[in-house]
Amino acid sequence: MAEGPSGGSRFFGPSDRHLLGIQGMHPSRIEPILDLAESYVLMNRSRKTPRDLLRGRTIINLFFEDSTRTRTSFELAGKRLGADVVNMSVAQSSVNKGETLLDTAATLNAMRTDLLVVRHAQSGAPALLAQKVDASVINAGDGTHEHPTQALLDALTIRRHLGRIEGLTVAICGDVAHSRVARSNIHLLTSMACRVRVVGPPTLVPRSLASLGVEVHHRMEDGLHDVDVVMMLRLQRERMSGGLVPSAREYFRFYGLDRRRLELAKPGALVMHPGPMNRGVEIDSQIADSDQSVIREQVEMGVAVRMAVLDLLSRSKRSSRS
Amino acid sequence: MSADILFENVRLIDPATTLDQPGRLLVRDGVIAGHDLPEAEGVPEGVRVVDGQGSVLCPGLVDMRVEIGEPGHEYRETVKSASRAAFAGGVTTVAVLPTGSPAIDDPAMVRMLRWRGEEPEHVSILPYGALTKGCQGGELAEIGLLAEAGAVAFTDGSRAIATARLMKQALTYAFAFDAMVVQHPEEPTLAGSGCATEGQLALRLGLPAIPTAAEAIMIARDVRIAEMTGGRLHFGHVSTGEGVELIRQAKARGLRITCDTAPQYFDLNETAIGDFRTYAKFSPPLRREEDRLAICAALADGTIDAIASDHAPRDADDKRLPFAQASAGGTGLATLLGVTLTRYHDGTLSLLEALAYLTCRPAALLGVKGVGTLAQGAAADLCLFNPDRAWRVVAGELPGHAQNTPFDGRALEGKVLRTWKRGRRVFGGVA
Repeated sequence: MAEGPSGGSRFFGPSDRHLLGIQGMHPSRIEPILDLAESYVLMNRSRKTPRDLLRGRTIINLFFEDSTRTRTSFELAGKRLGADVVNMSVAQSSVNKGETLLDTAATLNAMRTDLLVVRHAQSGAPALLAQKVDASVINAGDGTHEHPTQALLDALTIRRHLGRIEGLTVAICGDVAHSRVARSNIHLLTSMACRVRVVGPPTLVPRSLASLGVEVHHRMEDGLHDVDVVMMLRLQRERMSGGLVPSAREYFRFYGLDRRRLELAKPGALVMHPGPMNRGVEIDSQIADSDQSVIREQVEMGVAVRMAVLDLLSRSKRSSRS
Repeated sequence: MSADILFENVRLIDPATTLDQPGRLLVRDGVIAGHDLPEAEGVPEGVRVVDGQGSVLCPGLVDMRVEIGEPGHEYRETVKSASRAAFAGGVTTVAVLPTGSPAIDDPAMVRMLRWRGEEPEHVSILPYGALTKGCQGGELAEIGLLAEAGAVAFTDGSRAIATARLMKQALTYAFAFDAMVVQHPEEPTLAGSGCATEGQLALRLGLPAIPTAAEAIMIARDVRIAEMTGGRLHFGHVSTGEGVELIRQAKARGLRITCDTAPQYFDLNETAIGDFRTYAKFSPPLRREEDRLAICAALADGTIDAIASDHAPRDADDKRLPFAQASAGGTGLATLLGVTLTRYHDGTLSLLEALAYLTCRPAALLGVKGVGTLAQGAAADLCLFNPDRAWRVVAGELPGHAQNTPFDGRALEGKVLRTWKRGRRVFGGVA
């Protein structure tokens, strides 16, 4: 499975051995990842994962930004495949002592790391690291640029529930301007022939987003009409202190997802959220806990998708070494 | 309970439809029921007749820029005293600036002001919402919730939105609600603590001065930001030729830019502050004669969208201070019509144009329906006035509480005879 046109090593676009973003990834590269992840979902549920697959391989989770769920998800994914997983958070790293990103890269290189999972507050930081290390780099979220494994797990969740991705209408609601999750999802969904709408106040959903191939709406009532999937984004507190949104109560009044607004979507439309949620700010608790919500399932898909990505990248690494 | 009234022998002027003809107008249940009744029809049963004796009957005036003392400065003025001044000036609807204490930055405050204006003896109130919390120029106020509560537009009053970044955020955010942002067009770092227009007079008086260009610089910047964001931007009390020229150009390019001016900027110039007359201290300050003439020209060609009184009640103690320390602002409700009509009497405007600036045009800017017009079904807010009757403004004898008029001693032609709100007489003689 998952054989690209020029051999098994080519899954992830021009740089091959890294997963830095969804942009530019052809659906023919995305589908195999979802297929493989699907099989890991079943293995995870039966607690029978191939623990010897990545035996002897080292994965470093290099997190320059705080994260609990993504780091844990990658850690579990690596361990279920038998890899040695080391977590490095910024608090422990020498970055705090003044080391530059490239010096960190050189240090990690010297340690013979196989896979490097990187989260960084600066857009493009994983790409810079990728140029300087021998390891395969997986972008676990960089600034406001991309969060590719989130888009893949969202796609897997949608596909399992609705049976397809092509031709669906998806509304991405909230702080799209500052969201790497939104960007990765926009790239993935538009490349797979979805109709994507972005919805939110103009300070968070600028009209210029239309250039990414999406429809821009500033009223939930317009944006949610007849959609198959509603993706809510987290509203960061600093958007309020930064003057982009006046208050949480105003945000919820005009942009929160509640029962009344969800009724504008297609019956049975999926409700998604990358977490962590602000209940009563972007989403009503009743909706978050409803049958239409697949938020907890997204977390489950996250582990499976990351296992698939680690699997495929270590395969490509193996073939490039041999 | 308002009686049903038939106005007879009046010159009906409705700028909204350019109606200007002798006629009759029927009011039922506080609403205009019709104004094209043939003379032959007689007087309907139970209807009181008001004989206008040939005077003008027009929509009650809509004043889009008014400060009242409430909340927080009740010693200057209350809704009640402001209503007396308004009704005496033929004004039945006022848009109230949000710069009271506390500022009108909470939906409950907007509703409170609306309700105060609903009381029959009070002038109708259209509240502005604060553009930023506390009108402090920091974070955006709850524009969506304030609009829902009935705020007609958003401003920090006479505090300019200082930074380009904040103006961009405000216009961008307001775009979703199609809300109008009202700017005080004065670049604050240039204005500093200035209190007079830069030039020979300020130099001679030794007053800290503000260059005329402070207005043009702010307007130029904000027009560009409005263009970038697609937002609706209105400049309050414009006062310079350079400023209105920029607005004229922006309108020609199709941008959603509007502006108003105030009587002091087309009827007075900076010489009114001679001898440190603090009653002529305004923000922006009174300008040179060439700017006054440019404002008159912008009224004549329609670049300006509305005339607002810029009513700002001040106590004697606010004004009896060295000029630079005195509070800026003047009362304007009672003199709004009379001073505006000076531009009719000198031929700058037709009577219809002059009244449009005070009725349908501000109502349209604020997006309110059923006021500022004589259309059937509109509120029977009416002003009966004689455009030629002369009177003299005397500070101390003005209706209402605040007496800080810059027009003290000015002889005006055009006197309000009676005013009705929702068909109920609120100013003037019997009936």
